[in-house]
Amino acid sequence: MGLTIQFIPYVEIENLSSLGRIKKILNAVKEDKIVLLQGRLKKEEEAELIKTTMEEINSEFTGIELAVIYPEPHNLDFFRKVKNNFINALLGDRQGLTIVGPATIVKEIKKDPNKIQLFTEDSSKKRRKKK
Amino acid sequence: MISIFKKFMKKVFKDLFKKKKNIKIGIYGPPNGGKTTLANRICLDWLGEEMGSVSNIEHETREIQIKEKINIKKDDNELSFSLVDTPGIATRVDYEDFMKKGLPEEEAKQRAKEATKGVIDAIKWLDNMDVVIVVLDATKDPYSQVNITIIGNIAARDIPVLIVGNKIDLRRANTKKIKSAFPQYDVIGISAKKGTNMEEFYEALFVVAG
Repeated sequence: MGLTIQFIPYVEIENLSSLGRIKKILNAVKEDKIVLLQGRLKKEEEAELIKTTMEEINSEFTGIELAVIYPEPHNLDFFRKVKNNFINALLGDRQGLTIVGPATIVKEIKKDPNKIQLFTEDSSKKRRKKK
Repeated sequence: MISIFKKFMKKVFKDLFKKKKNIKIGIYGPPNGGKTTLANRICLDWLGEEMGSVSNIEHETREIQIKEKINIKKDDNELSFSLVDTPGIATRVDYEDFMKKGLPEEEAKQRAKEATKGVIDAIKWLDNMDVVIVVLDATKDPYSQVNITIIGNIAARDIPVLIVGNKIDLRRANTKKIKSAFPQYDVIGISAKKGTNMEEFYEALFVVAG
């Protein structure tokens, strides 16, 4: 069985409320899609995403795996820091990438500063019948 | 500009009144990091009694637990606080995981239901905290998004935070990795179970909460 990856460009969530953004992500994830969101949610929205996920957990939907990749370069000289801050101010939350997958498919997302590894569940035990 | 001013005023008022009230110190972190073990250690050290039960099965603490009027003293320093032990924050809860650990199906389902409510409560309670101790399992990968989300949310609320790398009695423990993952925070390696490095922990708590 293949994996479905849905890319959501930032413009699609830009004008949505926090709840709207969370619902958009969760609706796709609940359709067994792995969401690649351009940019990132606000910290408070990440916590809301976890809260809303918990409210929706049942025997079929067991939660999400979440990872945010955001370039935060260290050891920059003064001018590059200023340049970086200017770019951040312009682009805001558009920078980076957010990956959200259903827990029934994505077992674990391992992240260290240089790489991301996405481990999937054995597809044979992925689907559950409603009890 | 307005938000910077608001934050400044909030901090001024917080600093003015912080020392007069009994502050709330919350213990946060992912499941099975040793939050309740640390809460028990603090309560044993200063009250002579434990706070809650611990287990190898995740989500043993599924309700907010509060121990009031804890006074810790060291030299001329004194800190009076209520300790709030919170359920572990996770992005997934699967009753089948509890069944794999030996729980019967009905009990596993009930535990999963309570665990999801516990996560929601823990996040809601964050707004009530004056100081947060984040307990991470030092044998595990500190770069998990749950850790980053918890710490990011505490920082967004301007709540002072102390990160604890627990289980340093285990061979795989790596406190340095936690320090490199969160370089802007104080990180103390302890073993809450064995009581290792608790002196250093209390000293750091005085600095963060005092």
